[in-house]
Amino acid sequence: MFRKPWWKILSFVLLVYTCIAGFLITVPEPAGVPLQQTIRNLFFHVPMWFGMMVLFSVSAIYSIKYLSNPSLINDTNSFEFARTGTVLGLLGFTTGMIWANYQWGKPISGDPKQIGAAIAVLIYMAYFVLRGNIVDEKKARISAVYNIFAFCMLFPTIWIMPRLVESLHPGGLGSEGNPALKPADSNAAMKLVFWPAVIGWSLLATWITTLRIRLKLIEEREALPR
Amino acid sequence: MKRIISTFLLGFIFVASNAQTVAPTSLDIMKSNGKIYVVVAVVLTILIGLFAYVWNLDRKITKLENKS
Repeated sequence: MFRKPWWKILSFVLLVYTCIAGFLITVPEPAGVPLQQTIRNLFFHVPMWFGMMVLFSVSAIYSIKYLSNPSLINDTNSFEFARTGTVLGLLGFTTGMIWANYQWGKPISGDPKQIGAAIAVLIYMAYFVLRGNIVDEKKARISAVYNIFAFCMLFPTIWIMPRLVESLHPGGLGSEGNPALKPADSNAAMKLVFWPAVIGWSLLATWITTLRIRLKLIEEREALPR
Repeated sequence: MKRIISTFLLGFIFVASNAQTVAPTSLDIMKSNGKIYVVVAVVLTILIGLFAYVWNLDRKITKLENKS
């Protein structure tokens, strides 16, 4: 599956479509809403977070698989998916800061979803610190357990807490929509670009992850005595 | 069947005739002076460049895997 080209070509097609349609479709610009054309960030900033969720989910699944079947492949897969997922999370956070700087006035403004996302990514960074500091054969097992905990922490920090309090993101207390999208800010044409964008960016991130996994397995194979 | 298709097509004319009854947005301005296509070209160049790089990496790794 890692070597099949069809889903890589699909990712390329979807992202080319996203980058063309994303700039050329008409977006709603309701009066009084300061978002205007920046809503196009929906095709770039938001899929970073969706992609991160997908990759962290896969990573957590491989961690669970490792606990019942401790193999190098399960450990490598869970680690590399967590690594690329963290990259996506950092990209999502940085692009969010850029967007927020012009939209909300400051790059970091105490918005609950921003803080929640920062906490979630920091928890995953602790996973890498943990992995780097254990050297014996327990490393993979302890990392797998921590990975599952880190995955569970995504939900209160990013999905639940931002809906419970007032927030600059849509979907906070007293506002409509959810913390990713507000119905009034989008139209049917945008949805036609948004979901292919999510799939395209997730597939690209998966491709990069599989390259790292394959390289790691080659290194392990080379390290074995002949 | 022909009736359904021609009614459908006539419907498009109605929609098209409503194309510009609101004030032009910044996108319309960028489209009319062609600059939005510059943006698209830049983004596509970056995208294609990155994909070419990743594709090349993929082929190198495939060669390494097959070397055994």
